[in-house]
Amino acid sequence: MARLTIAEALREGLRDEMIRDPRVFCIGEDIGIRGGWGGAFTVTLGLEQEFRSRIIDTPISEAGIFGVALGAAMMGLRPVADVQYGDFLFCAMDQVVNQIAKMRYMSGGKLTVPLVMRAPVGATGRGAQHGQNLESFFLNVPGIKIACPATAYDALGILRAAIRDDNPVLMFEHKILYGSKGARAEAGAVDASSEIPAEDYIVPLGKGIVRREGTDVTIVATLLMMHRALQAAETLAAEGISAEVIDPRSLVPFDWDLVKASVMKTTRAVMVQEGPRRGGWSAEIAATLAESMSDYLTAPVTRVASPDIPVPFAPPMENFYRPDAKRIVEAVRGLVMPA
Amino acid sequence: MTYDKEFLLSLYKRMALIRQFEERVKFLFLEGVMPGTIHQYNGQEGIAVGVCSALQAGDVITSTHRPHGHALARGLSVESMMHELFGKITGCCKGKGGSMHMGDLEKGMAPAVAIVAGAIPMATGMALAMKMKKQANVVVCFMGDGAVNEGAFHEGVNMGSIWSVPVIYVIENNLYSASTPIFDMVRVKRLSDRGAAYGIPGVTIDGNDVLAVHEATRAAIDRAHRGEGPTLLECMTYRITGHSRRDPCNYQPEAERKHALENEPIGRFRRYLLAQGLASEDDLAKADSEDAAEIEAAVKSAMAAADPAPEQALEDLLV
Repeated sequence: MARLTIAEALREGLRDEMIRDPRVFCIGEDIGIRGGWGGAFTVTLGLEQEFRSRIIDTPISEAGIFGVALGAAMMGLRPVADVQYGDFLFCAMDQVVNQIAKMRYMSGGKLTVPLVMRAPVGATGRGAQHGQNLESFFLNVPGIKIACPATAYDALGILRAAIRDDNPVLMFEHKILYGSKGARAEAGAVDASSEIPAEDYIVPLGKGIVRREGTDVTIVATLLMMHRALQAAETLAAEGISAEVIDPRSLVPFDWDLVKASVMKTTRAVMVQEGPRRGGWSAEIAATLAESMSDYLTAPVTRVASPDIPVPFAPPMENFYRPDAKRIVEAVRGLVMPA
Repeated sequence: MTYDKEFLLSLYKRMALIRQFEERVKFLFLEGVMPGTIHQYNGQEGIAVGVCSALQAGDVITSTHRPHGHALARGLSVESMMHELFGKITGCCKGKGGSMHMGDLEKGMAPAVAIVAGAIPMATGMALAMKMKKQANVVVCFMGDGAVNEGAFHEGVNMGSIWSVPVIYVIENNLYSASTPIFDMVRVKRLSDRGAAYGIPGVTIDGNDVLAVHEATRAAIDRAHRGEGPTLLECMTYRITGHSRRDPCNYQPEAERKHALENEPIGRFRRYLLAQGLASEDDLAKADSEDAAEIEAAVKSAMAAADPAPEQALEDLLV
């Protein structure tokens, strides 16, 4: 057992998988430069000294990175490709959406694309083009699994599952949760470190977890919002409201069984999402619950999300953009104790 | 270079197969029997056949929205392609790809990518995998002239160059990107001049001369096998059919079309073989009729094959 941050746990996971399977390699910008940072958030720091030919630094060419990774995956390797900031995925959108997600389907199931894509997300003092949450964009793209680990334990377990999966997997990692150190430390960081067991465990994609049990309301939240939901649940408990917090850990596939069983018990559901409310993943979950759980629901399915604006820079505005514990508490109060 | 008669006849036969395939397919479309849309390869056969005749087992090609010629040249069966065009589960992509995503990686052709330049980074990545696995093969990345103005061309070719991977980027310059003249859209005289920007050789050849294409490809393959990296090979050609079905080609000047028809690769190679005494009229007629019979058999079996059940659309997305 050792206590690791998400960045450290991912680094351990990449090291383990590269040792375990010679087909695994990493490709991205600034990931293995001597004297560099080990990627934008230190995840690959030092790995180039052990795996010189398998930590591939690229030009600033995001479409190139993902297209190259696709080609390598089709030829039987297992690439882990990353972008410095999730926002840059838009530069690679054609590769990810038109090629990576569809290649197996277009081949009539003859091909496999075992490819992991990693992308940091979250509003973190960098303004509109380095702080978006991209999860919702890709929810509408069949052919890609989507993971969003909120703890170091899950980050490592999901990374292992993703690398061993024969499908494309897109992993979103929150900048505030990484626990990056030194010059790459993040202001306002939230501790998401975990005790990491020595054994080779995985966290299966599509398997959520109940982070806190409760009886009055189900709160579904990912990444940083999961930590905010736990804070909110604490506040609510002091008021006599028992909130169950579910971390789905992946959005595709989604652990409907876990969420539906919880909603049957609590009869109320709140989805918490960082990122614009309109067309977000929280809307998809809300719609599905509204369609399928009406016999159980005693309150409107509710979303807590960002307003429909780009990520603003000024700290008071950014705090207004990013949902917090207070906003979650208010939403739950409105459902459990109608005014 | 000298070639034996059997090889030369095989080049002719394969080019003629592509031409007859495309003409038969167009007829089926116009009859309303075949679904979808098509981008045909008529006039460019010298490139696919010249390139693919230089390839070995284990080599891979990538293709575009105009893939029928590449697929036939690489050795996909007429039958599996015809079934695919008819949307049958027995097609090479189980009816899920269609005309624009024709391919079969086991036969050395990745499913075609119909986004202009979209397959270039992928081709680079396949070649990178070959290099990492120390596999002595090459990737050929076919693209149209329009692809050189896409960002993916820049990113993909540059990455191929810096890593010296075994890939050959083949530009089929048929002078038009859809209806737009390519030389209105670039200031270079030759698209192969772009190679200089990436520090790789850029070569322009007559793409309607199947032997010239074959020889240039062999030179590029040799370079790749020596570990010297990619070549940008521009093959000049002309599309003697529409960009897609029902395109009357009003943007192509009359004189230019006339010249192109006189210069198209199959007629040229036929005249060459006859003039040099390398084949007889009978040899060529036999090849033509064998091709025609193969195509007719494929059409018949494809039309007789059962349609997929609609729900089969839900299969083959994830492993």
